[in-house]
Amino acid sequence: MAKMVAITGNEAVANAFRQINPDVCAAYPITPATDLMQRFAGYVADGEVDTELVLVESEHSAMSACIGAAAAGGRVATATSSQGLALMWELLHIASGDCLPIVMPVVNRALSAPLNIHGDHSDAMYCRDTGWIQLWSENAQEAYDNAIMAFRIAEHMDIRLPVMVNMDGFIISHSIETMEFLDDKKVKDFVGEFKAVNPLLDLDNPKSYGPLILTDYYHEYKRLQHETMGRVKDVVISVSKEYAKLSGRSYDLFDSYRLDDAEIAIVVLGSAAGTAKDVIDEYRDKGIKAGLMRPRLFRPYPYLEVADALKHLKAVCVLDRSDSFGGYGPVFMEVSSALYQLGGGPKLFNKIYGLGGRDFMPSQVEEVLNELGEIASGSPIKLVKDYLGVRE
Amino acid sequence: MSEKVEIRWHGRGGQGTVTAAKVLADACLSGGRHVQAFPEYGPERAGAPLRAFNRISDKTIRMHCPVLNPSIVGIVDATLIDAIDVTGGALDDAVFVVNSSKDAAEIRKKLGVKDTQKVFAVDASKIAIESFGRAMPNSPMLGAIVKATGIVEMDVLLEDVKKSFGKKFSQKIIDGNLEAVNRGYGEVHEG
Repeated sequence: MAKMVAITGNEAVANAFRQINPDVCAAYPITPATDLMQRFAGYVADGEVDTELVLVESEHSAMSACIGAAAAGGRVATATSSQGLALMWELLHIASGDCLPIVMPVVNRALSAPLNIHGDHSDAMYCRDTGWIQLWSENAQEAYDNAIMAFRIAEHMDIRLPVMVNMDGFIISHSIETMEFLDDKKVKDFVGEFKAVNPLLDLDNPKSYGPLILTDYYHEYKRLQHETMGRVKDVVISVSKEYAKLSGRSYDLFDSYRLDDAEIAIVVLGSAAGTAKDVIDEYRDKGIKAGLMRPRLFRPYPYLEVADALKHLKAVCVLDRSDSFGGYGPVFMEVSSALYQLGGGPKLFNKIYGLGGRDFMPSQVEEVLNELGEIASGSPIKLVKDYLGVRE
Repeated sequence: MSEKVEIRWHGRGGQGTVTAAKVLADACLSGGRHVQAFPEYGPERAGAPLRAFNRISDKTIRMHCPVLNPSIVGIVDATLIDAIDVTGGALDDAVFVVNSSKDAAEIRKKLGVKDTQKVFAVDASKIAIESFGRAMPNSPMLGAIVKATGIVEMDVLLEDVKKSFGKKFSQKIIDGNLEAVNRGYGEVHEG
């Protein structure tokens, strides 16, 4: 029987790491991810895991050490946020390009300048093209579940790719909420023994990582990365199904909430989806057919499935907790690309919300649902991209 | 107890308000309830006004935003009544529990709450100083809130205070806090 606990998202994921006992963790502290690795460091100090914890001098070094350890043949994990992820950026491409199955929770936080420690999705969104798989979590429970599944997904023999597990900084990482842990043995059995592929430490069979490839094969190499990403979807689905049997909690490529018979819908990532679901229930009680899509797998993006799930709607608003200055929000760009291929899907607009931890309140969901209702009934879209809850 | 209870705490940095919200959440976990506890993270300075929140519900809690319409308001520092809006958005049947040496009727007048709203007062700072020698009003406030609202059984709360404080403090401090919780429960009065 799983035990119900009241715990923060950081504690939940640190406990997943304890249960999995990675071979190597290299980490450097940054708010709000600090607390996650600090708790895990406590497990290391108490001898509850035998992970080699490498406390390096920067995130650039943290990811470099993770790459070295993963290439050597170890199961490797780290965690970071914001500027820390930004400092890792050049290494992120090397981890994915070298097919190293590193697992990294990203405790999402805004980027400087101006300096801000609070939650938004800018950090991970600006790393969406680094070749990492991205899973996104709504709450502490899902952050824990995704962290466990991430090892199976990353290490799957069909792909061997690094995975980021995203959770909202502070809102999930530092807030206490109810969730349940699986038994240690169940987690260990589910994740299984690590199988090294081409380990550098296999000295009888020397390997080379990171070779120079110029105009001859670089182009082909990049296409291979894209093709490998194409296989991720099936792996995520099969690992999630297996995990559902173990935990009783089902996860898909995205979370569809009251979407099947909906006329209007919101697409939103992370913790904001929970707040929106409560408001959608109120609108449903009033007879308004509202629904929600919460992306879980954002890289690779499941374009066909998204288009299929949204095609029957009259109007859709995509909420983005990160921005592209002079462009549309990153989630909007993907939904828009998915729907364009239908040749006439729902009306679509974009709202930027919650930057730098600005609270996302039920009144903002109401504002969006009301606008969706008007647009569904024929009103024109005033601004394709606008800002929600912004002070004038 | 109704299906969903939302609590807003007003305190100042260094008074243990966030810890109080966490302990209460943990205590309410018993009986299969779902809980949330989270502070508003700002510049964390001793003495600065801060808010913390709880949600307690029979159902899964999906909402992830500050509490706007609390049914319980815990005011850990009465000087905040003059400084910020502590009554804003409170439900018509909300219960206010205030740390003050003044009579609850006087506090009621000062808060200017509706007739349908209840006001309780407890001298939590004095109890804390007498029980464990520090003006940390969080433990007596917890006892007072349990008495005023019945949100959780007192023995469950005491058990949880023992567990939470046991991780960090000596037996003397734990015993002092347990005494403070009991005294807060016993000495809170309605006005």
